[in-house]
Amino acid sequence: MPATALPGLFRRLPAFFLLGLLLPFLSACGYNAIPTADEKAKAAWSEVLNQYQRRADLIPNLVETVKGYAAHEKEVLESVVEARAKATQVTVSPEALSDPEAFKAFQDSQSGLTSALSRLLAVVENYPDLKANQNFLALQAQLEGTENRIAVARRDYIEAVREYNTTLRTFPSVLWATFWFTDAQPYQNFTVAEDKIETPKVDFGTNQGG
Amino acid sequence: MLERACTVTGTAGRALFAALLLCLVAATAPAAELPVLTGRVVDNANLIDGATEAALVARLEAFEKKSSDQIVVATIPGLGGEAIEPYANRLFRAWGLGQAGENNGILLLVARDDRKMRIEVGYGLEGTLTDLHAKLIIENTMVPAFRAGDFSGGISRAVDDIVMVLEGNAAELEARGERNQNVGFDSEDLFITLFVILWVVLFFGGFAMALLAPVFGRKIGPGRYRWLGMDISYSGSGSSSGGSWSSGSSSSSWSSGSSGGGFSGGGGSSGGGGSSGSW
Repeated sequence: MPATALPGLFRRLPAFFLLGLLLPFLSACGYNAIPTADEKAKAAWSEVLNQYQRRADLIPNLVETVKGYAAHEKEVLESVVEARAKATQVTVSPEALSDPEAFKAFQDSQSGLTSALSRLLAVVENYPDLKANQNFLALQAQLEGTENRIAVARRDYIEAVREYNTTLRTFPSVLWATFWFTDAQPYQNFTVAEDKIETPKVDFGTNQGG
Repeated sequence: MLERACTVTGTAGRALFAALLLCLVAATAPAAELPVLTGRVVDNANLIDGATEAALVARLEAFEKKSSDQIVVATIPGLGGEAIEPYANRLFRAWGLGQAGENNGILLLVARDDRKMRIEVGYGLEGTLTDLHAKLIIENTMVPAFRAGDFSGGISRAVDDIVMVLEGNAAELEARGERNQNVGFDSEDLFITLFVILWVVLFFGGFAMALLAPVFGRKIGPGRYRWLGMDISYSGSGSSSGGSWSSGSSSSSWSSGSSGGGFSGGGGSSGGGGSSGSW
Protein backbone atom coordinates (compact mmCIF):
# COMPACT_ATOMS: atom_id res chain seq x y z
CA MET A 1 0.00 0.00 0.00
CA PRO A 2 1.94 3.02 -1.23
CA ALA A 3 -0.31 5.46 0.60
CA THR A 4 0.96 4.36 4.05
CA ALA A 5 4.48 3.49 2.94
CA LEU A 6 5.12 7.08 2.00
CA PRO A 7 4.56 8.59 5.46
CA GLY A 8 6.73 5.83 6.89
CA LEU A 9 9.54 6.85 4.63
CA PHE A 10 8.97 10.46 5.54
CA ARG A 11 9.16 9.61 9.19
CA ARG A 12 12.45 7.86 8.71
CA LEU A 13 14.01 10.58 6.60
CA PRO A 14 14.70 13.07 9.45
CA ALA A 15 16.29 10.29 11.45
CA PHE A 16 18.76 9.66 8.67
CA PHE A 17 19.30 13.35 8.37
CA LEU A 18 20.06 13.61 12.07
CA LEU A 19 22.37 10.64 11.89
CA GLY A 20 24.22 12.27 9.02
CA LEU A 21 24.54 15.40 11.11
CA LEU A 22 25.92 13.50 14.07
CA LEU A 23 28.40 11.31 12.24
CA PRO A 24 31.01 14.02 11.74
CA PHE A 25 30.90 14.70 15.49
CA LEU A 26 31.36 11.05 16.26
CA SER A 27 34.35 10.72 13.99
CA ALA A 28 35.86 14.00 15.14
CA CYS A 29 35.87 12.95 18.75
CA GLY A 30 37.50 9.60 18.21
CA TYR A 31 38.40 8.09 14.91
CA ASN A 32 40.15 11.07 13.33
CA ALA A 33 42.14 11.98 16.39
CA ILE A 34 44.93 9.46 15.93
CA PRO A 35 45.69 9.97 12.22
CA THR A 36 45.46 13.74 12.67
CA ALA A 37 47.89 13.79 15.57
CA ASP A 38 50.09 11.33 13.72
CA GLU A 39 50.38 13.52 10.65
CA LYS A 40 51.01 16.56 12.77
CA ALA A 41 53.85 14.85 14.61
CA LYS A 42 55.37 13.69 11.33
CA ALA A 43 55.16 17.17 9.88
CA ALA A 44 56.78 18.59 13.01
CA TRP A 45 59.54 16.01 12.65
CA SER A 46 60.14 16.99 9.03
CA GLU A 47 60.60 20.55 10.22
CA VAL A 48 63.14 19.37 12.80
CA LEU A 49 65.11 17.52 10.11
CA ASN A 50 64.81 20.52 7.83
CA GLN A 51 66.33 22.87 10.39
CA TYR A 52 69.12 20.46 11.34
CA GLN A 53 69.90 20.14 7.65
CA ARG A 54 70.01 23.91 7.40
CA ARG A 55 72.60 23.96 10.16
CA ALA A 56 74.65 21.27 8.46
CA ASP A 57 74.59 23.29 5.24
CA LEU A 58 76.03 26.34 6.98
CA ILE A 59 79.00 24.51 8.44
CA PRO A 60 81.30 24.11 5.37
CA ASN A 61 81.19 27.87 4.83
CA LEU A 62 81.81 28.54 8.48
CA VAL A 63 84.76 26.16 8.60
CA GLU A 64 86.30 27.73 5.48
CA THR A 65 85.96 31.22 6.93
CA VAL A 66 87.49 30.24 10.24
CA LYS A 67 90.32 28.42 8.45
CA GLY A 68 91.33 31.66 6.76
CA TYR A 69 92.16 33.19 10.12
CA ALA A 70 92.86 30.30 12.41
CA ALA A 71 94.29 27.54 10.24
CA HIS A 72 96.32 26.06 13.05
CA GLU A 73 93.25 25.26 15.15
CA LYS A 74 93.18 22.04 13.19
CA GLU A 75 91.84 19.86 15.93
CA VAL A 76 88.70 21.88 16.56
CA LEU A 77 88.02 22.39 12.88
CA GLU A 78 88.40 18.72 12.11
CA SER A 79 86.14 17.70 14.95
CA VAL A 80 83.43 19.98 13.54
CA VAL A 81 83.82 18.52 10.06
CA GLU A 82 83.72 15.01 11.46
CA ALA A 83 80.71 15.67 13.62
CA ARG A 84 78.92 17.19 10.64
CA ALA A 85 79.66 14.17 8.47
CA LYS A 86 78.34 11.92 11.18
CA ALA A 87 75.26 14.01 11.77
CA THR A 88 74.28 14.11 8.10
CA GLN A 89 74.59 10.34 7.87
CA VAL A 90 72.14 9.62 10.63
CA THR A 91 68.59 10.59 9.76
CA VAL A 92 65.32 9.26 11.06
CA SER A 93 62.49 9.01 8.57
CA PRO A 94 59.04 9.90 9.88
CA GLU A 95 58.06 6.23 9.61
CA ALA A 96 60.79 5.21 12.05
CA LEU A 97 59.93 7.70 14.77
CA SER A 98 58.80 4.99 17.14
CA ASP A 99 62.20 3.30 17.03
CA PRO A 100 64.05 4.28 20.21
CA GLU A 101 67.50 3.27 18.98
CA ALA A 102 67.33 5.14 15.69
CA PHE A 103 66.05 8.16 17.51
CA LYS A 104 68.81 8.01 20.10
CA ALA A 105 71.45 7.67 17.40
CA PHE A 106 70.06 10.74 15.70
CA GLN A 107 69.97 12.71 18.89
CA ASP A 108 73.52 11.71 19.81
CA SER A 109 74.94 12.64 16.43
CA GLN A 110 73.25 16.04 16.48
CA SER A 111 74.32 16.82 20.01
CA GLY A 112 77.85 15.83 19.00
CA LEU A 113 77.69 18.47 16.30
CA THR A 114 76.24 20.99 18.74
CA SER A 115 79.11 20.59 21.17
CA ALA A 116 81.74 20.60 18.40
CA LEU A 117 80.26 23.85 17.12
CA SER A 118 80.21 25.49 20.52
CA ARG A 119 83.88 24.56 20.96
CA LEU A 120 84.64 26.16 17.61
CA LEU A 121 82.80 29.35 18.55
CA ALA A 122 84.66 29.46 21.85
CA VAL A 123 88.00 29.21 20.01
CA VAL A 124 86.95 32.01 17.68
CA GLU A 125 86.89 34.37 20.66
CA ASN A 126 90.71 34.40 20.49
CA TYR A 127 90.78 35.90 17.00
CA PRO A 128 89.58 39.51 16.96
CA ASP A 129 90.25 39.84 13.22
CA LEU A 130 88.03 36.88 12.49
CA LYS A 131 85.31 38.22 14.75
CA ALA A 132 85.33 41.48 12.85
CA ASN A 133 85.17 39.73 9.47
CA GLN A 134 81.90 40.57 7.69
CA ASN A 135 81.55 37.11 6.25
CA PHE A 136 81.99 35.55 9.65
CA LEU A 137 79.48 37.93 11.21
CA ALA A 138 76.95 36.96 8.57
CA LEU A 139 77.56 33.28 9.17
CA GLN A 140 77.33 33.76 12.90
CA ALA A 141 73.99 35.52 12.59
CA GLN A 142 72.70 32.73 10.38
CA LEU A 143 73.99 30.08 12.71
CA GLU A 144 72.34 31.74 15.69
CA GLY A 145 69.09 32.03 13.78
CA THR A 146 69.30 28.39 12.77
CA GLU A 147 69.98 27.22 16.29
CA ASN A 148 66.92 29.13 17.39
CA ARG A 149 64.84 27.63 14.60
CA ILE A 150 66.03 24.20 15.69
CA ALA A 151 64.90 25.00 19.21
CA VAL A 152 61.47 26.09 17.96
CA ALA A 153 61.13 23.06 15.71
CA ARG A 154 62.10 20.77 18.55
CA ARG A 155 59.58 22.41 20.85
CA ASP A 156 56.85 22.02 18.24
CA TYR A 157 57.81 18.39 17.75
CA ILE A 158 57.80 17.70 21.47
CA GLU A 159 54.33 19.19 21.71
CA ALA A 160 53.03 17.33 18.65
CA VAL A 161 54.38 14.02 19.94
CA ARG A 162 52.91 14.68 23.36
CA GLU A 163 49.53 15.15 21.73
CA TYR A 164 49.91 12.09 19.54
CA ASN A 165 51.05 9.85 22.38
CA THR A 166 48.19 11.18 24.48
CA THR A 167 45.62 10.17 21.89
CA LEU A 168 47.01 6.64 22.01
CA ARG A 169 46.38 6.43 25.72
CA THR A 170 43.25 8.44 26.41
CA PHE A 171 39.56 7.82 25.94
CA PRO A 172 37.91 7.67 23.49
CA SER A 173 40.72 7.47 20.96
CA VAL A 174 42.39 4.65 22.89
CA LEU A 175 39.52 2.44 21.70
CA TRP A 176 40.40 3.19 18.12
CA ALA A 177 44.08 2.59 18.89
CA THR A 178 43.28 -0.80 20.39
CA PHE A 179 40.82 -2.06 17.82
CA TRP A 180 41.65 -0.27 14.62
CA PHE A 181 45.06 1.43 14.46
CA THR A 182 46.78 -1.54 16.03
CA ASP A 183 50.17 -0.69 14.52
CA ALA A 184 50.21 2.84 15.96
CA GLN A 185 53.13 3.10 18.37
CA PRO A 186 54.07 6.01 20.62
CA TYR A 187 56.76 8.20 19.09
CA GLN A 188 60.10 8.93 20.68
CA ASN A 189 60.68 12.36 22.04
CA PHE A 190 63.72 14.48 22.77
CA THR A 191 65.26 13.93 26.15
CA VAL A 192 66.62 16.81 28.16
CA ALA A 193 70.24 15.78 27.64
CA GLU A 194 70.87 17.89 24.58
CA ASP A 195 68.94 20.84 25.90
CA LYS A 196 71.34 21.03 28.80
CA ILE A 197 74.36 21.31 26.53
CA GLU A 198 74.55 25.02 26.08
CA THR A 199 77.26 27.39 25.03
CA PRO A 200 79.46 28.06 28.06
CA LYS A 201 78.30 31.05 30.04
CA VAL A 202 80.93 33.51 31.14
CA ASP A 203 80.20 34.98 34.52
CA PHE A 204 82.47 37.64 35.96
CA GLY A 205 80.48 37.76 39.13
CA THR A 206 79.10 41.17 38.31
CA ASN A 207 75.39 41.63 38.16
CA GLN A 208 74.63 44.16 35.48
CA GLY A 209 70.98 43.45 35.00
CA GLY A 210 68.62 46.16 36.01
CA MET B 1 11.42 1.18 18.22
CA LEU B 2 12.56 3.82 15.82
CA GLU B 3 11.56 6.57 18.18
CA ARG B 4 13.51 5.10 21.02
CA ALA B 5 16.56 4.74 18.81
CA CYS B 6 16.23 8.37 17.89
CA THR B 7 16.03 9.44 21.50
CA VAL B 8 19.17 7.52 22.28
CA THR B 9 20.97 9.11 19.35
CA GLY B 10 19.76 12.49 20.53
CA THR B 11 21.07 12.02 24.06
CA ALA B 12 24.40 10.68 22.90
CA GLY B 13 24.61 13.52 20.46
CA ARG B 14 23.98 16.08 23.16
CA ALA B 15 26.63 14.52 25.37
CA LEU B 16 29.07 14.54 22.50
CA PHE B 17 28.14 18.07 21.71
CA ALA B 18 28.83 19.13 25.27
CA ALA B 19 32.14 17.29 25.18
CA LEU B 20 33.04 19.07 21.96
CA LEU B 21 32.25 22.43 23.48
CA LEU B 22 34.45 21.56 26.43
CA CYS B 23 37.25 20.56 24.06
CA LEU B 24 36.96 23.92 22.33
CA VAL B 25 37.04 25.88 25.55
CA ALA B 26 40.06 23.94 26.77
CA ALA B 27 41.91 24.43 23.50
CA THR B 28 41.46 28.19 23.41
CA ALA B 29 42.61 28.82 26.98
CA PRO B 30 45.30 31.49 26.66
CA ALA B 31 48.78 31.39 28.18
CA ALA B 32 48.48 33.34 31.36
CA GLU B 33 51.42 35.66 31.67
CA LEU B 34 51.73 37.05 28.14
CA PRO B 35 50.82 40.70 27.64
CA VAL B 36 47.64 41.60 25.81
CA LEU B 37 47.77 42.84 22.25
CA THR B 38 46.29 46.29 22.73
CA GLY B 39 47.57 47.82 19.53
CA ARG B 40 50.51 48.01 17.17
CA VAL B 41 52.67 49.41 19.95
CA VAL B 42 52.35 47.64 23.29
CA ASP B 43 54.52 49.71 25.59
CA ASN B 44 54.18 47.88 28.88
CA ALA B 45 57.63 48.96 30.07
CA ASN B 46 56.97 52.66 29.38
CA LEU B 47 60.01 53.15 27.20
CA ILE B 48 58.40 55.05 24.34
CA ASP B 49 57.17 58.61 24.70
CA GLY B 50 53.67 59.55 23.59
CA ALA B 51 54.53 61.45 20.42
CA THR B 52 56.80 58.69 19.12
CA GLU B 53 54.21 56.06 19.94
CA ALA B 54 51.49 57.88 18.00
CA ALA B 55 53.83 58.35 15.05
CA LEU B 56 54.82 54.69 15.15
CA VAL B 57 51.23 53.49 15.23
CA ALA B 58 50.32 55.68 12.26
CA ARG B 59 53.39 54.55 10.37
CA LEU B 60 52.80 50.85 11.00
CA GLU B 61 49.15 51.13 10.12
CA ALA B 62 49.94 52.79 6.81
CA PHE B 63 52.53 50.14 6.09
CA GLU B 64 50.12 47.32 6.77
CA LYS B 65 47.57 48.90 4.46
CA LYS B 66 50.10 48.91 1.69
CA SER B 67 51.80 45.56 2.17
CA SER B 68 49.58 43.60 4.60
CA ASP B 69 52.70 43.04 6.73
CA GLN B 70 51.99 43.38 10.42
CA ILE B 71 54.79 44.91 12.44
CA VAL B 72 54.23 45.14 16.18
CA VAL B 73 56.47 46.79 18.76
CA ALA B 74 56.27 45.42 22.28
CA THR B 75 58.16 46.41 25.38
CA ILE B 76 57.92 44.41 28.59
CA PRO B 77 59.38 45.07 32.03
CA GLY B 78 61.06 41.67 32.33
CA LEU B 79 61.16 38.15 31.00
CA GLY B 80 60.72 36.46 34.34
CA GLY B 81 63.76 34.24 33.92
CA GLU B 82 62.88 32.96 30.46
CA ALA B 83 65.25 33.41 27.52
CA ILE B 84 64.07 36.07 25.09
CA GLU B 85 63.96 33.77 22.05
CA PRO B 86 61.31 31.33 23.30
CA TYR B 87 59.38 34.17 24.91
CA ALA B 88 59.31 36.17 21.68
CA ASN B 89 58.24 33.11 19.73
CA ARG B 90 55.47 32.34 22.18
CA LEU B 91 54.26 35.93 22.13
CA PHE B 92 54.40 36.07 18.34
CA ARG B 93 52.32 32.93 18.01
CA ALA B 94 49.87 33.95 20.74
CA TRP B 95 49.25 37.23 18.97
CA GLY B 96 49.21 35.58 15.56
CA LEU B 97 51.06 38.39 13.81
CA GLY B 98 50.90 38.49 10.04
CA GLN B 99 48.18 37.30 7.71
CA ALA B 100 47.17 33.69 8.12
CA GLY B 101 48.37 32.34 4.79
CA GLU B 102 51.38 34.63 4.50
CA ASN B 103 52.85 34.61 8.02
CA ASN B 104 54.15 38.09 7.26
CA GLY B 105 54.45 39.47 10.77
CA ILE B 106 57.36 40.99 12.63
CA LEU B 107 57.65 41.43 16.37
CA LEU B 108 60.12 43.90 17.83
CA LEU B 109 60.41 42.95 21.47
CA VAL B 110 62.34 44.84 24.15
CA ALA B 111 62.76 43.45 27.65
CA ARG B 112 63.72 46.44 29.80
CA ASP B 113 65.12 44.89 32.97
CA ASP B 114 66.87 42.05 31.15
CA ARG B 115 68.40 44.57 28.74
CA LYS B 116 67.59 42.34 25.80
CA MET B 117 65.84 42.89 22.51
CA ARG B 118 64.72 40.66 19.69
CA ILE B 119 63.35 40.99 16.21
CA GLU B 120 61.20 37.93 15.59
CA VAL B 121 60.35 37.37 11.94
CA GLY B 122 57.39 35.35 10.68
CA TYR B 123 57.92 32.43 8.29
CA GLY B 124 56.80 34.44 5.30
CA LEU B 125 59.32 37.27 5.73
CA GLU B 126 62.37 35.18 6.61
CA GLY B 127 63.61 35.46 3.05
CA THR B 128 63.25 39.25 2.92
CA LEU B 129 64.27 40.31 6.41
CA THR B 130 67.00 37.75 6.98
CA ASP B 131 68.59 36.92 10.29
CA LEU B 132 71.56 39.02 9.25
CA HIS B 133 69.37 42.05 8.53
CA ALA B 134 67.77 41.68 11.93
CA LYS B 135 71.17 41.33 13.58
CA LEU B 136 72.52 44.42 11.84
CA ILE B 137 69.47 46.49 12.78
CA ILE B 138 69.88 45.46 16.39
CA GLU B 139 73.62 45.96 16.57
CA ASN B 140 73.92 49.13 14.51
CA THR B 141 70.69 50.96 15.26
CA MET B 142 69.17 49.79 18.50
CA VAL B 143 72.14 48.99 20.74
CA PRO B 144 73.92 52.38 20.39
CA ALA B 145 70.69 54.31 20.96
CA PHE B 146 69.67 52.16 23.91
CA ARG B 147 73.08 52.53 25.50
CA ALA B 148 72.61 56.28 25.26
CA GLY B 149 69.23 55.89 26.93
CA ASP B 150 67.30 56.91 23.81
CA PHE B 151 64.70 54.13 23.69
CA SER B 152 62.12 56.02 21.66
CA GLY B 153 64.66 56.99 19.03
CA GLY B 154 66.23 53.54 18.87
CA ILE B 155 62.92 51.77 18.46
CA SER B 156 61.63 54.30 15.97
CA ARG B 157 64.75 54.08 13.82
CA ALA B 158 64.75 50.29 14.05
CA VAL B 159 61.20 50.27 12.71
CA ASP B 160 62.34 52.59 9.92
CA ASP B 161 65.09 50.12 9.07
CA ILE B 162 62.74 47.17 9.10
CA VAL B 163 60.32 48.95 6.80
CA MET B 164 63.20 49.96 4.56
CA VAL B 165 64.40 46.37 4.23
CA LEU B 166 60.89 45.14 3.52
CA GLU B 167 60.37 47.88 0.95
CA GLY B 168 63.71 46.99 -0.62
CA ASN B 169 62.00 44.10 -2.33
CA ALA B 170 59.33 46.30 -3.84
CA ALA B 171 57.85 43.90 -6.37
CA GLU B 172 57.34 41.19 -3.81
CA LEU B 173 55.91 43.71 -1.36
CA GLU B 174 53.26 44.90 -3.79
CA ALA B 175 52.34 41.40 -4.81
CA ARG B 176 51.89 40.48 -1.16
CA GLY B 177 49.76 43.55 -0.55
CA GLU B 178 47.50 42.76 -3.46
CA ARG B 179 47.20 39.10 -2.60
CA ASN B 180 45.77 40.03 0.76
CA GLN B 181 43.53 42.87 -0.27
CA ASN B 182 41.14 41.40 -2.82
CA VAL B 183 39.02 39.12 -0.76
CA GLY B 184 38.31 36.28 -3.10
CA PHE B 185 36.05 33.35 -2.42
CA ASP B 186 38.65 30.93 -1.25
CA SER B 187 38.30 27.62 0.50
CA GLU B 188 38.56 29.24 3.90
CA ASP B 189 35.53 31.42 3.24
CA LEU B 190 33.65 28.35 2.14
CA PHE B 191 34.55 26.61 5.37
CA ILE B 192 33.40 29.57 7.44
CA THR B 193 30.16 29.76 5.49
CA LEU B 194 29.49 26.09 6.03
CA PHE B 195 30.32 26.51 9.66
CA VAL B 196 27.88 29.38 10.08
CA ILE B 197 25.20 27.43 8.25
CA LEU B 198 25.76 24.48 10.55
CA TRP B 199 25.42 26.62 13.63
CA VAL B 200 22.38 28.40 12.30
CA VAL B 201 20.83 25.02 11.64
CA LEU B 202 21.62 23.89 15.15
CA PHE B 203 20.46 27.15 16.64
CA PHE B 204 17.17 27.44 14.83
CA GLY B 205 16.67 23.71 14.71
CA GLY B 206 14.25 23.99 17.58
CA PHE B 207 12.00 26.38 15.69
CA ALA B 208 12.29 24.34 12.55
CA MET B 209 11.27 21.26 14.49
CA ALA B 210 8.25 23.07 15.82
CA LEU B 211 7.18 23.91 12.32
CA LEU B 212 8.06 20.59 10.80
CA ALA B 213 6.59 18.40 13.50
CA PRO B 214 3.00 18.73 12.27
CA VAL B 215 4.18 17.82 8.80
CA PHE B 216 6.39 14.87 9.55
CA GLY B 217 5.31 13.92 13.03
CA ARG B 218 2.64 11.54 14.23
CA LYS B 219 -0.40 13.11 15.78
CA ILE B 220 -0.88 11.78 19.30
CA GLY B 221 -3.53 14.17 20.56
CA PRO B 222 -5.15 17.54 19.92
CA GLY B 223 -2.31 19.92 19.17
CA ARG B 224 0.30 17.33 20.11
CA TYR B 225 2.69 15.60 17.81
CA ARG B 226 5.36 12.98 18.28
CA TRP B 227 8.38 13.37 16.06
CA LEU B 228 11.93 12.07 16.36
CA GLY B 229 11.13 10.72 19.77
CA MET B 230 9.96 14.06 21.12
CA ASP B 231 6.51 15.12 22.14
CA ILE B 232 5.72 18.54 20.79
CA SER B 233 2.57 20.29 21.84
CA TYR B 234 1.04 23.44 20.43
CA SER B 235 -1.26 24.38 23.26
CA GLY B 236 -1.24 27.84 24.86
CA SER B 237 2.32 28.79 25.51
CA GLY B 238 3.49 27.55 22.14
CA SER B 239 5.90 24.82 21.36
CA SER B 240 8.03 23.17 23.99
CA SER B 241 10.32 21.17 21.91
CA GLY B 242 12.19 18.85 24.20
CA GLY B 243 15.22 18.36 22.09
CA SER B 244 16.20 21.88 21.23
CA TRP B 245 19.83 22.24 20.33
CA SER B 246 20.21 25.88 21.08
CA SER B 247 21.91 25.70 24.45
CA GLY B 248 25.21 27.40 25.02
CA SER B 249 26.22 27.85 21.44
CA SER B 250 27.12 31.49 21.70
CA SER B 251 29.38 31.24 24.72
CA SER B 252 32.66 30.53 22.98
CA SER B 253 34.30 33.51 21.39
CA TRP B 254 36.16 33.06 18.16
CA SER B 255 38.24 36.16 17.67
CA SER B 256 41.87 35.58 18.50
CA GLY B 257 43.63 38.38 20.29
CA SER B 258 41.21 40.86 21.79
CA SER B 259 40.96 43.61 19.24
CA GLY B 260 41.45 46.70 21.31
CA GLY B 261 41.95 49.74 19.14
CA GLY B 262 40.73 47.88 16.10
CA PHE B 263 43.90 45.86 15.74
CA SER B 264 44.37 42.14 16.01
CA GLY B 265 46.75 39.59 14.64
CA GLY B 266 45.92 38.04 11.29
CA GLY B 267 46.78 34.52 12.43
CA GLY B 268 50.34 34.27 11.20
CA SER B 269 53.06 32.19 12.79
CA SER B 270 56.80 32.24 13.27
CA GLY B 271 59.39 29.50 13.30
CA GLY B 272 62.02 31.39 15.24
CA GLY B 273 63.49 33.53 12.46
CA GLY B 274 65.16 36.80 13.29
CA SER B 275 67.84 37.80 15.70
CA SER B 276 68.35 38.98 19.25
CA GLY B 277 70.80 41.18 21.06
CA SER B 278 71.44 42.92 24.33
CA TRP B 279 72.63 46.29 25.43
